[in-house]
Amino acid sequence: MQPLIRIRGLSKQFGRGCGRCLEAAEDGQDTNLCPHCGTVMACSNVSFDLFPNEALGIVGESGSGKSTIVRLLHFEWEASHGSMELHRSAVNGRLPGIFAEDSEYSGNLLALSHFQKRQLRNSLMGVVYQNPHLGLRMQVSSGGNIAERLLGAGWRNIAGMRQRSSELLEKTEIPVERMDEPPCNFSGGMQQRVQIAKALSNNPLILFLDEVTTGLDLSVQARVLDLIRGLRSEFKLSVLVVSHDLGVINLLCQRTMVMKSGRVVEAGLTDQILQDPQHRYTQLLVASQL
Amino acid sequence: MLLHEWLKNEAGTEKRPGYPFGFMDEGAKKEIRRCILKAVAIPGYQVPYGSREMPIARGWGTGGIQITLSLIKPDDILKVIDQGCDGSVNAVNIKKFLAEVADVEVTNDTCAATIIQTRHRIPEEPMTDRQILVLQVPYPEALREVEPSEMETRRMHAEADYSRMWLYLYEDIVKYGEITISYRYPVTVNGRYITDPSPIPRWDVPRLHMADTLFLFGAGREKRIYAIPPHTEVVPLEFEDHTFRTEDFSGKACARCGATGTFLDEVVDNEKGGRSYFCSDTGYCDKRSSTCSR
Repeated sequence: MQPLIRIRGLSKQFGRGCGRCLEAAEDGQDTNLCPHCGTVMACSNVSFDLFPNEALGIVGESGSGKSTIVRLLHFEWEASHGSMELHRSAVNGRLPGIFAEDSEYSGNLLALSHFQKRQLRNSLMGVVYQNPHLGLRMQVSSGGNIAERLLGAGWRNIAGMRQRSSELLEKTEIPVERMDEPPCNFSGGMQQRVQIAKALSNNPLILFLDEVTTGLDLSVQARVLDLIRGLRSEFKLSVLVVSHDLGVINLLCQRTMVMKSGRVVEAGLTDQILQDPQHRYTQLLVASQL
Repeated sequence: MLLHEWLKNEAGTEKRPGYPFGFMDEGAKKEIRRCILKAVAIPGYQVPYGSREMPIARGWGTGGIQITLSLIKPDDILKVIDQGCDGSVNAVNIKKFLAEVADVEVTNDTCAATIIQTRHRIPEEPMTDRQILVLQVPYPEALREVEPSEMETRRMHAEADYSRMWLYLYEDIVKYGEITISYRYPVTVNGRYITDPSPIPRWDVPRLHMADTLFLFGAGREKRIYAIPPHTEVVPLEFEDHTFRTEDFSGKACARCGATGTFLDEVVDNEKGGRSYFCSDTGYCDKRSSTCSR
């Protein structure tokens, strides 16, 4: 099987950069500051593949660059270096502009125009943030939040959009009769599930989950995780799960990358990493799991 | 000293020497004409321009005045209306000023005018390709309702990212069962830009579509010019199952000229308590009344 997306050499720096930042970051030190110029390397030289219908986990301490990767791949931030290529099968003949003649993979998606990136994001990607305020408009009805993505994709039929919204809310276990209430009326767990419904509205292929269960109580966490597992197999999603919680990673992901100071220090099967951690930091992480 | 006294030379016959025709200097007119050309070339796109000081306050029609002054020639015939009315204070003041500095003939007759400057209405009588309608615009940004930041609305226009405007309409329908925007109804011009048609009633919106006339929009305070050229598609935002509709005056007629099928103003009689309706376009109403009585 071929990867759905290929990420190569992804880096994001904050600061002026000095040309030696990347090599300095390779040295395996405990900081993401370049010792020569003080530039912050939020993530440096990250490469990985994401396969169809796979859940890949990214685990690491706060500030290790996990969420940066999501922001870069979701086109919210501009990457400093690196490429992201998409397999032709993903788009099914839509968005023909990004593929060269006969090539299996697209060109570097990170170099596309803002307009193309928006199209790509609207048709392929969904994102769920830790904080529902980032992903939802709190003053707009929940149905409207879902409809916003549909409107962006060119839907112009109110009844059709309401139908689709109620289907998604049903799937994410929100009572459909509360569809016209704004998410600010809802509990944290419900807001998170509305966010998931919104992310799924345009039938995405790739779903980014950025610390989705952090801040929810344990029983609600379990329900949200169950929901995500069910939806992944139902919609054949590729999911990138970012979490600092090994339990979440263990439950959702087959493969995992461990990040530290903006670098990937270890990658492999989740079971393997949890039972036989190789890197010093991973060992610490696994050992400190309660 | 009044403006027209000052403009005359000592003999009282000629214009004061060195005083530019049409109040604005040639450089200013040239810049505004260039902006108008750009606006016509990109229908619905708001072209920024250096709005000049005019002898009335910004927000009182200075955008329209600057466009009119940059276009007007001595042989033009000018009409100025305010909410359809030729005789309101604003219309009269602007008309007097324009006529004085450009030395042109003025009229109340839509058909006779070559340039019509208007606030909040389009004249009832169909206009031709020999005429230009200049609209005064208070808020040129149709997306301002949903996004306060100018930087962000410009990005939204550039990327044709209009889902938030559509969401606003969706929410309106969910809450009230219909779209509640009564004037400034957003339109898509030439299939590209969402544009503010200025605060004209819904009634006038369909008349922007595929018209014979050039429509120029000037916002003096906000420093923007935009245009709807002749024969351009202008489509109000609507959903497949909630289509755009205009005000409904069925069963009502103008109490003065008897017209049906015009945009009517409702007038309440404070003493007797009755309601009556009158044409909002007074020039049209006058014309009809005089023909009827003849």
